[in-house]
Amino acid sequence: MKRYSVFAIAREALRYHMGWERAWASPEPKERYDVVIVGAGGHGLATAYYLGKNFGITNVAVIEKGWLGGGNTGRNTTIIRSNYLQDPSAAIYEKARSLYEDLSQDLNYNVMFSPRGVIMLAQTQSEVRGYVRTAHANALQGVETRFIDAQKVKDLCPIMNIDGPRYPVLGGLYQPRGGTARHDAVAWGYARACSAMGMDIIQQCEVKGVRSEGGRVVGVETTKGYIGTKKLGLVVAGHSAQLAGMAGFRLPIEAVALQALVSEPIKPCMDVVVMANTVHGYMSQSDKGEMVIGGGTDGFNNYTQRGSFHHIEETLRALVETFPMISRLKMLRQWGGIVDMTGDRSPLISKTPLGNCFVNCGWGTGGFKAIPGSGWAMAELMAKGEPGPLAEAFSIDRFIEGRFIDESVAAGGAH
Amino acid sequence: MLTLQCPYCGVKADETELAPGYEAHLKRFGAGSSDEDFESYMFARKNPKGVHFERWRHAYGCGKWFLAARCTATLEVFGTYPAQMTEPPADLIAKIRQKRPDWPGYNEKGV
Repeated sequence: MKRYSVFAIAREALRYHMGWERAWASPEPKERYDVVIVGAGGHGLATAYYLGKNFGITNVAVIEKGWLGGGNTGRNTTIIRSNYLQDPSAAIYEKARSLYEDLSQDLNYNVMFSPRGVIMLAQTQSEVRGYVRTAHANALQGVETRFIDAQKVKDLCPIMNIDGPRYPVLGGLYQPRGGTARHDAVAWGYARACSAMGMDIIQQCEVKGVRSEGGRVVGVETTKGYIGTKKLGLVVAGHSAQLAGMAGFRLPIEAVALQALVSEPIKPCMDVVVMANTVHGYMSQSDKGEMVIGGGTDGFNNYTQRGSFHHIEETLRALVETFPMISRLKMLRQWGGIVDMTGDRSPLISKTPLGNCFVNCGWGTGGFKAIPGSGWAMAELMAKGEPGPLAEAFSIDRFIEGRFIDESVAAGGAH
Repeated sequence: MLTLQCPYCGVKADETELAPGYEAHLKRFGAGSSDEDFESYMFARKNPKGVHFERWRHAYGCGKWFLAARCTATLEVFGTYPAQMTEPPADLIAKIRQKRPDWPGYNEKGV
């Protein structure tokens, strides 16, 4: 792999840019691998990358039904933050956020991490108390956040109306080192780095079955034939339950649609990310100038990658109230993704009933921000066969044992 | 947009008139049951890509809970029936079979 640098740009500028090579190879699958990871989204590729980087395991295939990063990795609103209440969540999301800080240097690929700050608005007294509590918890967890008053919110985001008729802004939980990154570039950067380590990224290759013998996986049946493996990682978000079904076990997961939308591009007007959980909407401005908007999930099982219109309406109604200047903005496009929700709204990074099969799923509505940390923890689990400190709390057993990591209550909605 | 006919008041209700309630026909396990049964009742949910039976409430209508058969891959609605039934009615199952010959059928313990 040729490194990207200012010298590479200069060199290519002198020869009509004819020397750029493909960012990653598209090989045909080999007969067998040490590790097969199903799902070439951010989490799957990050798992493969840290297997190679931290554990020296490079005989790895990442197989993908569609195209690389074409699922939720390319459909989210790119927000990165780690201001969680529960210790296991704060630990893994903060690990991810700190890895994002120098991910561009690590991957030699510009992921455009922009730590512009994230504000979660407190618009009810209970939210004020909740976020003050979270700020204290974050101080103990080593995550830098603070509770700021309404005037400070207004100073950070002047386009906001803090005296709204329904839910005036009472303050906010501010994480100055939260922000956004270019979602596609995260997948592309990991893919390029994996390919450079000799891993095979096989697109347009759908898993049709999981072959197992004596409680252990021996390989997967795919549309490109049978691929043998010593270890299998299922990292597929929306379709986790389908793959678990092929492997013969059930997951405590339901798939629902989550939507996002962007406006026409406008001049820079907002340099922080704002989330409003009471009215359920969040917004940031992309580098192209589009306002990137997300809302809540639909309340029914859905695999169609499109959601209900009335949820978009609710989200925009809430955001127009919070940001009156967007009321006449045209929306450019809208899309949906299928998110995998667990009972406690926290992910699974876990062993399964099959000895050498591992799952990483259940990230629900907040997976993008976790990609590096999730890959880091999953790689450790797959390499050692036992979870490390980051993944330990996220096992499937927690639902039997009652050790929930209840972020649904802590976040009160989107997270 | 989803439209479900309420089996009680007969209204063809728009999605905005309804509140979703996820998987239907859950068998309740309480005190005295095994950990696995209780966990399964609380958290394990069917998540099929295809025919799914689920609960809905006619929230902005008659207010009653009812059950519906719907395809999660196409959003096609096969039919609705009263919440008092402990399993899907035979005529509805026959109708789904006709439309989805590959459907493995209703299975209480299925994925």
